[in-house]
Amino acid sequence: MNRLLLLISAAVLQGTPLLYGTVGEILSEKSGNLNLGVEGMMYMGGAFGLGAAFYYEQMAGSNASGIVAVLLALLCSFLAGAFGALLFSFLTITLRANQNVTGLALAIFGTGVGQFVGEYMREQQGTYVAISNGLKGVFQNSPFPAALQELPVVGPLVFGYNIFVYLGILIAVVMALFLNRSRSGLHLRAVGESPATADAAGINVIRYKYLATIIGGGISAIGGMVYIMTIAGSVWNHEGLAGEGWLAVALVIFCLWRPMNAVWGSVLFGALMILYVRLQVPFIPDQLYKILPYVVTVIVLIFTSLRNSKNKQPPASLGEPYFREER
Amino acid sequence: MTAVEHASAIELRNITKRFGKVVANDSISLSLDKGEILSLLGENGSGKTTLMNMLAGIYFPDEGEILVGGKSVAIRSPKDAFDNGIGMIHQHFKLIDVFTAAENIVLGLHDGRKLDRKEIAAKVRAISDRYGFGIDPEKKVYEMSVSEKQTVEIVKVLYRGADILILDEPTAVLTPQETERLFTILRAMRDDGKAIVIITHKLHEVMALSDKVAVLRKGKYVGTVLTKETNPQALTDMMVGHAVTLNIDRPDPVNPTPRLTVQGLTCLDAEGVKKLDNVTFTAMGGEILGVAGIAGSGQKELLESIAGLYPIKEGTIVYSPEGKEPCDLVGKRPMEIKKAGVAMAFVPEDRLGMGLVGGMGMTGNMMLRSWKVGKGAFVNRKDPGKLAKEVMESLEVVTPNVEFPVRRLSGGNVQKVLVGREIASAPSVLMSAYAVRGLDINTSYTIYNLMTEQKKKGVAVIFVGEDLDVLLELCDRILVLCGGQVSGIVDGRTATKEEVGLLMTRVGGGKEEG
Amino acid sequence: MHEQKTPLIRLAKRDAMPSWQVWCIRGGSFVAAILLGALIFGLMGHSPMEAYGTILSGSLGKKTAIRQTVKIAVPLLGTALAIAPCFKMRFWNIGAEGQITAGAVAASYFALFWVDQLPGWALIPVMGLAGAVAGGLWALIPAFFKAKWGTNETLFTLMMNYIIIGVVKWLQGGPWEGRPGSQIIPMFDSKAVLPKVFGVHCGWIIVLVLTVVMYIYMKYTKQGYEIAVVGESENTARYAGMNVGKIIMRTMFLSGAISGLVGFILASGANTTLNDGVAAGVGFTAITVAWLAQLNPFAMIGISGLLAVLEKGAATLQTRMAVPASISDIITGIFLFCMLGCEFFINYELIFRGKHKEVAKQ
Repeated sequence: MNRLLLLISAAVLQGTPLLYGTVGEILSEKSGNLNLGVEGMMYMGGAFGLGAAFYYEQMAGSNASGIVAVLLALLCSFLAGAFGALLFSFLTITLRANQNVTGLALAIFGTGVGQFVGEYMREQQGTYVAISNGLKGVFQNSPFPAALQELPVVGPLVFGYNIFVYLGILIAVVMALFLNRSRSGLHLRAVGESPATADAAGINVIRYKYLATIIGGGISAIGGMVYIMTIAGSVWNHEGLAGEGWLAVALVIFCLWRPMNAVWGSVLFGALMILYVRLQVPFIPDQLYKILPYVVTVIVLIFTSLRNSKNKQPPASLGEPYFREER
Repeated sequence: MTAVEHASAIELRNITKRFGKVVANDSISLSLDKGEILSLLGENGSGKTTLMNMLAGIYFPDEGEILVGGKSVAIRSPKDAFDNGIGMIHQHFKLIDVFTAAENIVLGLHDGRKLDRKEIAAKVRAISDRYGFGIDPEKKVYEMSVSEKQTVEIVKVLYRGADILILDEPTAVLTPQETERLFTILRAMRDDGKAIVIITHKLHEVMALSDKVAVLRKGKYVGTVLTKETNPQALTDMMVGHAVTLNIDRPDPVNPTPRLTVQGLTCLDAEGVKKLDNVTFTAMGGEILGVAGIAGSGQKELLESIAGLYPIKEGTIVYSPEGKEPCDLVGKRPMEIKKAGVAMAFVPEDRLGMGLVGGMGMTGNMMLRSWKVGKGAFVNRKDPGKLAKEVMESLEVVTPNVEFPVRRLSGGNVQKVLVGREIASAPSVLMSAYAVRGLDINTSYTIYNLMTEQKKKGVAVIFVGEDLDVLLELCDRILVLCGGQVSGIVDGRTATKEEVGLLMTRVGGGKEEG
Repeated sequence: MHEQKTPLIRLAKRDAMPSWQVWCIRGGSFVAAILLGALIFGLMGHSPMEAYGTILSGSLGKKTAIRQTVKIAVPLLGTALAIAPCFKMRFWNIGAEGQITAGAVAASYFALFWVDQLPGWALIPVMGLAGAVAGGLWALIPAFFKAKWGTNETLFTLMMNYIIIGVVKWLQGGPWEGRPGSQIIPMFDSKAVLPKVFGVHCGWIIVLVLTVVMYIYMKYTKQGYEIAVVGESENTARYAGMNVGKIIMRTMFLSGAISGLVGFILASGANTTLNDGVAAGVGFTAITVAWLAQLNPFAMIGISGLLAVLEKGAATLQTRMAVPASISDIITGIFLFCMLGCEFFINYELIFRGKHKEVAKQ
């Protein structure tokens, strides 16, 4: 029982950056934009988020407020990702470049920017860029009072996580409500399904595509910051994000473009990533656990196309350009 | 008629619309009162849809005035149309498959931020009950039949508060039972004071449904008559008009021999609807067989099933090439049929849909027929290149060079490439559909002459056309299709336009339905 | 359609543009990218001239530098060639990364375990063949599902990358591990290493030959013609009697095979061992190379060369001017963005209000 608890809470922590990456990409893909630059945007978010917290602490010294640091990190990582997504949007929506190619270019550019900023900070400081332990605690520890955290079972399972877990779930819930319960969400889905129909209904296709992609990119990038600040120990190292962004693209498919599925999907993927530490199964080597998320995604992909169930498909216009005059 | 005040719903005054040099609508005037159903009748290409698109805000008239409820208005966008209470149901539904009926109905509306499904469903049900639609707001569009989808389109328009409804050939996709249900609904809406226009070319529907009929012919307004004061014969005369002399060269067929004998051909589409029903005819070598019919009467399916591109349910197609043993084409692959000498040039509405590769030049497109020829792994580009030059010169295709992508050529030139290629394959059966679609007069004559030349060579030419005047002057015999059946085969030299027109709508011809 | 008033700027598809104008626009985007790069160097407090000078001299200044640059360009070019037929067919194969890795695994298998069993002259050809077949088969999996059930190939091929890379991680920490605990696969025997020609492993000859072959294949063969027709319209392809599913699978196998061959070149020529980073993003960068070259094999030589110069030059930049080497990814990204964006101005023209005559809409 105890081991299972440990596994679940570890999986939740491991899956949280994925949750952001995935929910952000869902928003973008719902508008029909397949932005393969998630890895790049998350890198940028990670580097800028860490930089924001670090330089804030440098300036504020011992007076540094944890909440301000968290907010700054959130803001800067969001803006960094939104900037990357803006580049993508401008190229694919306005300049009509191919989405796959542009997304890959953004992945290259974004990882470059992330690594560069990370290394540049280290060179400027002459040492590892790390925030103080006090501040780290704000990023990594649960915001709930100790009494709640120490409750049996419920404590670690519900109250034991860092604030980004709760924020991530909140974003997923809000996103689900937005997509399914609001007019704008309906319009956004229409744009992703059939931009020509949406256009004929008087919906501003271009604006929806831009907004969804940019906000989605920002949310994905927060995931990069969460990864660096919680899982990677609030330090920039050469490993960077180790492919989290690509895993997020996989998770979008796995959860069938539904934000609420992303919540448990990210926990599942998180579990698969760390399972080998906790659960030794003979015959299955450690490293092969790590490909399981991709394998199950491929299986999901095949099954959805096989069964051809209409409501489990990618947004119909995903990856397709839309030009009104070619209607 | 019920006691609804006779207030004017809509009035058009001298509306003219041109596309380039083509006058699609030439100074047309119409009027419609509330509580009235108007049929807008005319052949394909007579300008019905263009005219109505100006009410729906798709096009803006070049000249003339539109009055809604007696006031002059400018309708520049679909939104303007809605603001004036006008809603149009197009032939191609604009619905999103994975959305529910309710979601599609409110798409694009901005009354409130929240998507209150309950409230929307209640409103949809209210409309539905009022006219007897019987629509489930939560049903997804992909689970719906065509008729249900059409209902969603109608409710969508009513939800936006339309008082004037325009339906573009609403029955084209419906079964007779569904048509009857639709008519009941339309009558209920009329009795509720709505003004309704239906665009159609089916005479029996006009007679069954409408209060008055406006007839267009080749972009011109012919007149309006009250339905109770007219009959199908009189309407046909208005629709087809008097024969126009075109002076197309038509030599007498020399020694015609049966080339293609079609017997009892029946085809079903993917939904199991009969597209061709027991079609029987013989196409002769050395003769042009015209195929007439309202759009969608089975022309496409007829040519495609002969070419091996459409599944055949029943029937035989016996092909008797000169000096060779006759054989049945049913069950043969398209390539084999093509190789045997049966060529098809089908010009679809978008012109590039089938048979041409837009991104390639003329050479590349010539190769589409001959790409398997050539040594080993390599294609032979030389001969197609020569052929392309020949076609370019003989048909006067306007293109910078034979490698210039055909997508960028004008419509007429694209058609010449397509027809030229098929003729160049020296077929013994040449099928063409809508070969002059959208072409100017001179180019059309070039194509007519090409067909006649083929006929002189002893080729069996099958010419599917839209313009009755052309069919009557070009073809030796004319086969008339109606609803997938052959409603008659007439002699092109003696038949009259009225005769063919009646066969097309089955009035007086085959059996009348409904 | 909503023509309340004529918008300020309208777009129209251009007819053919004279080629000198096309090259002016492309040249302009190149200059724009250089200026943007200069801006970044400037912001960091380096002289842009000096930085670009260092990139050029670091990548092309010395014989050894040129060799290094060529070594970077070879896999890029090879993989771009592999991707070209798929993209021509509008099959978005973004799994070259995995196909390279699969090829490298198969080649390494023979290098590691067959070195003594096979005669010396046969080892390298067998490795190359194994690499090609493995890459091809790895690519065939998504192609099969695409042909049969229309499974989304973009996402499928992307996932396949990480599966095979995971397998390599397992191999290097498990069955193929050299010194226990090292997490490294041992170096190949010298018999399994590609010979050098002019100081660079002979992979460069292979990819140059492939460039010519691919050009001929796409332009002059029946299969190349089939690929082009399927890419334009599957319906037209069927009309012409082509078996679309077969063409998709065959083309993907070919594409994967070339990527697999690149994997073999990387393992045998460049690294002389196998590790999980054998592809190191080449599969992704090559997609941008192929696309920017408009799928023209000869243009790919230039573009892969340009990217290789940037990458090698940036490495020199790091040692000489203490600029992190990841600057090369940033500059590469900027070049890609500018070149992707400029195609728009070649295909479309902007019409400003008041400067046009009324054109009939249809």
